[in-house]
Amino acid sequence: MMKKIFSVFFVLVLLFSLLALPVSASETEGDWDFSSEYPTAEPTGVTINVYNWGEYISPGTEGSLDVNAEFTRRTGIEVNYTTFDSNESLYSKLAGGGANYDIIIPSEYMIAKMISEDMLEEIDFSNIPNFKYIDDKFRDPAYDPGCKHSVPYTWGTVGLFYNTEHVKEEVTGWSILWDEQYSGKILMFDNPRDAFAIAQSRLGISYNSTDLNEWNEAAMLLKEQKPIVQAYVMDQIFDKMESGEAWLAPYYSGDAGVLVENNDNVEFIIPEEGTNYFVDAMCIPKGAEHKKEAELYINYMCSPEISGANMDYVGYATPISAAKEYLPEEVVTNPIFYPDEETLARTEAFGMLSPEISTQVDALWAEVKMGGPGDAVVLVAIILFFLAVYVAIIIWKRQKRKREMM
Amino acid sequence: MRTKLISAPYTIWMTLFIIVPMGLVAVFAFTDKSGAFTLDNILRVGQYSNVFLRSILLGAVATAISLLLGYPLAYIISKAKASRQSIMVMLVMLPMWMNFLLRTYAWMSLLEDNGLINNLLVAIGLPRVHMINTAGAVVLGMVYNYIPYMILPIYSVLAKIDNSVIEAAQDLGANGVKVFLKVVLPMSMSGVISGVTMVFVPAVSTFIISKMLGGGGNLLIGDLIDMQFLGSAYNPNLGSAISLVLMVIIMICMGIMNQFDDDEENMGGGMLL
Amino acid sequence: MKLLSKIYTALIFLFLYAPIFVLIVFSFNDTETSSRTVFSGFTLRWYERLFQDRYILEALLNTLIIAVVAALVSTFLGTLAAVGINSMKRLPRKIMMNITNFPMVNPEIVTGVSMMLLFVAATRAMGDRDLGMVSLIIAHVTFCLPYVILSVLPKLRQMNPNLYEAAQDLGCPPIRAFFKVVLPEIMPGIVTGMIMAFTLSIDDFVISYFTSGTTQTLPIYIYSMTRKRISPEINALSTVLFLCILVLLIIINVRQAQDERRQKKAEKERG
Repeated sequence: MMKKIFSVFFVLVLLFSLLALPVSASETEGDWDFSSEYPTAEPTGVTINVYNWGEYISPGTEGSLDVNAEFTRRTGIEVNYTTFDSNESLYSKLAGGGANYDIIIPSEYMIAKMISEDMLEEIDFSNIPNFKYIDDKFRDPAYDPGCKHSVPYTWGTVGLFYNTEHVKEEVTGWSILWDEQYSGKILMFDNPRDAFAIAQSRLGISYNSTDLNEWNEAAMLLKEQKPIVQAYVMDQIFDKMESGEAWLAPYYSGDAGVLVENNDNVEFIIPEEGTNYFVDAMCIPKGAEHKKEAELYINYMCSPEISGANMDYVGYATPISAAKEYLPEEVVTNPIFYPDEETLARTEAFGMLSPEISTQVDALWAEVKMGGPGDAVVLVAIILFFLAVYVAIIIWKRQKRKREMM
Repeated sequence: MRTKLISAPYTIWMTLFIIVPMGLVAVFAFTDKSGAFTLDNILRVGQYSNVFLRSILLGAVATAISLLLGYPLAYIISKAKASRQSIMVMLVMLPMWMNFLLRTYAWMSLLEDNGLINNLLVAIGLPRVHMINTAGAVVLGMVYNYIPYMILPIYSVLAKIDNSVIEAAQDLGANGVKVFLKVVLPMSMSGVISGVTMVFVPAVSTFIISKMLGGGGNLLIGDLIDMQFLGSAYNPNLGSAISLVLMVIIMICMGIMNQFDDDEENMGGGMLL
Repeated sequence: MKLLSKIYTALIFLFLYAPIFVLIVFSFNDTETSSRTVFSGFTLRWYERLFQDRYILEALLNTLIIAVVAALVSTFLGTLAAVGINSMKRLPRKIMMNITNFPMVNPEIVTGVSMMLLFVAATRAMGDRDLGMVSLIIAHVTFCLPYVILSVLPKLRQMNPNLYEAAQDLGCPPIRAFFKVVLPEIMPGIVTGMIMAFTLSIDDFVISYFTSGTTQTLPIYIYSMTRKRISPEINALSTVLFLCILVLLIIINVRQAQDERRQKKAEKERG
């Protein structure tokens, strides 16, 4: 028996020794070597928890800059980097508690909601001298009056991706997502705000409508669409669009770069009916353990060369004009990434919804995904049915026993 | 007296980390955000009866298929040579050691419209079959992930059946089918029961399989609970209420299953290994 | 009939192993866009990258630490509990067995959610401190405990209770009697329980998902990848882990076979 234990530990030792292999530090290749300007700092032993969207930071592969590793190198502060896939799940994780983040990067309407619920720290801007690089138009946003709780990370719009190999017609607007010709090849957002926004654009309703009937109307439209939708996904769209598994999908403009590069047949448009304009900003949640270090991180992210290197990989638009000189010319002048004023006029940002509307939207969204509202009677019937079976079996057994006894 | 006391740490542990949390679920289910008593959450669960119906249906189908596929294999293994038996049992358990998310993800590669199975079909001149993002794919994922839990308990019961009992039945003139129905099946019932529960419970409450293979349109109870706690509709009170209803349904099902199992002392004994 | 059963067995095993085969094959796939369905050449690049990816290695390390600690703690507590339960009278024993069975029949997601509620309440009470890995270890110990108990109890029941009493009658103090007489008898059950706890902990996703806080374990990291695309690095890692377990199981099996043969030989010589 001891031998068994030994072999378990043998495997463990084997695994640990694999871990101990000298992990060759990923060399910063190409243009992104800052070791001469910024010396390497001693480790401080501090680790900050950063919670960001998936595929939303330059990871250091394929010659890009490893943004988090560079931060660690410059400051000696370790980064524990984790990802979420929608504003709502970020909110759940924070509101649920049990997780302690130092930096989060939600979108504007979620920031407004979190400010109203007192979930964000006020940022000490004296620790963020690089805030001076942020463009003026991002400095006093409606979602965070006076810009006390957030520092913009990126901005962009929502658009429509399609595969030209299969979608031959000219794509102009959202209505094609309801075209039965493409049944089973359409992807949709797997979060309520983004999904409803598409239906609302078609109906010409505001994304921030306070009228429940308008939300119901949008939900009707989404239910109508459901039979031809292949799947409700978020970041999986990369995989499914690149492989040609899906042909039509709404997603964020910043990802156009990555997607179009990986599959030549994928095109991107900003629909004529109008679309959502968003800003994602860095915030510090209430009770963050390492607020100072978090501010250092925000400051670091705002330096033009880092924002440039980061956006070069991520593909979203930077709120720092000074960072544009680090980006390729064709990106900065591309209306997909940096839309002109005329396009921006057709966009609308998400605002915070009142609690009543919010719960109703959640219920409507669940209804869309499960195909119609359910009936309490059915549920009660299920439970009663099982109970009846249970009781019937017990009675049957008892009678059988009686018969056997006689 | 002393020996009784040494299980005290365990009792304290289970009280703290099983009973107290369950109490919390109940408390959350019957309170609103401010902590006041309410029945709203429980009443709202009714809205999601479609989801319950679908989960129970898919879970039941998956359990039935697992039983139909798993029983013969368990029987074949129990009839093999002793040295073969341990190898085959090992082979049944081996896939469970590979991360279940990855295995389910691999099914995605297999089932997709441009996936490996369809590519194979096209290569041999057959038409493509649409498989991914259907209820069938979800059932397949459930069967795949949980069938070892069906095979192992049935096998461990079948392996214990004394061959002389079967021979005796044959000597008394029973044919193969009759021997199976009258002797082998009743004797292996306890294995079938624990297999059925071990497949049905996780299948009904799964939340990843439906997301990966069902495309998010086949909402199951697990997804609904996940949505309320870590997903798009943060509402732990409603989530707790749904969990509570789910638990009640499962407990009733367990009660029904246990009625078929006469040997109560053996409960759980036939599970795994 | 023989042939039929052979074909049937082969088909079921094909079903069980097809996705694993796909995973392993695509860990050698030479492609930039990490396609999951087109094999475009052999490469070991993903294995090379795996050992440079600090996120994956960190997650693996966390997973192993949690699994080892959870296995040791649950084996210790579970063995004590089993000995205690075994010496109980009928009613308390029944109650204890019901508590033990409960987490095994309760849906995993409900267990996860309930613990999440507890840990959140605990964090709030302790002034918003991050529980970190502790919450994961507690959760893992909790769901491993029943399995340990259920594999130790049968061994205790098989044991002849007179042995323990005889040792005491011969002047052995109870604790020593336990270590000298009882422990060797139930050792196989303890080891099985520990191995099960270890593997259950390594593979657990659902409960970890709800109780992890900011700690990344391998299954959680893989889950966050499945939401976009899985890097073939993960295929490479699971291939390595799969091979480790395969080797381990083969070693155990060969040893067992050898032991049995030796025993039979010894019996023959005696007889």
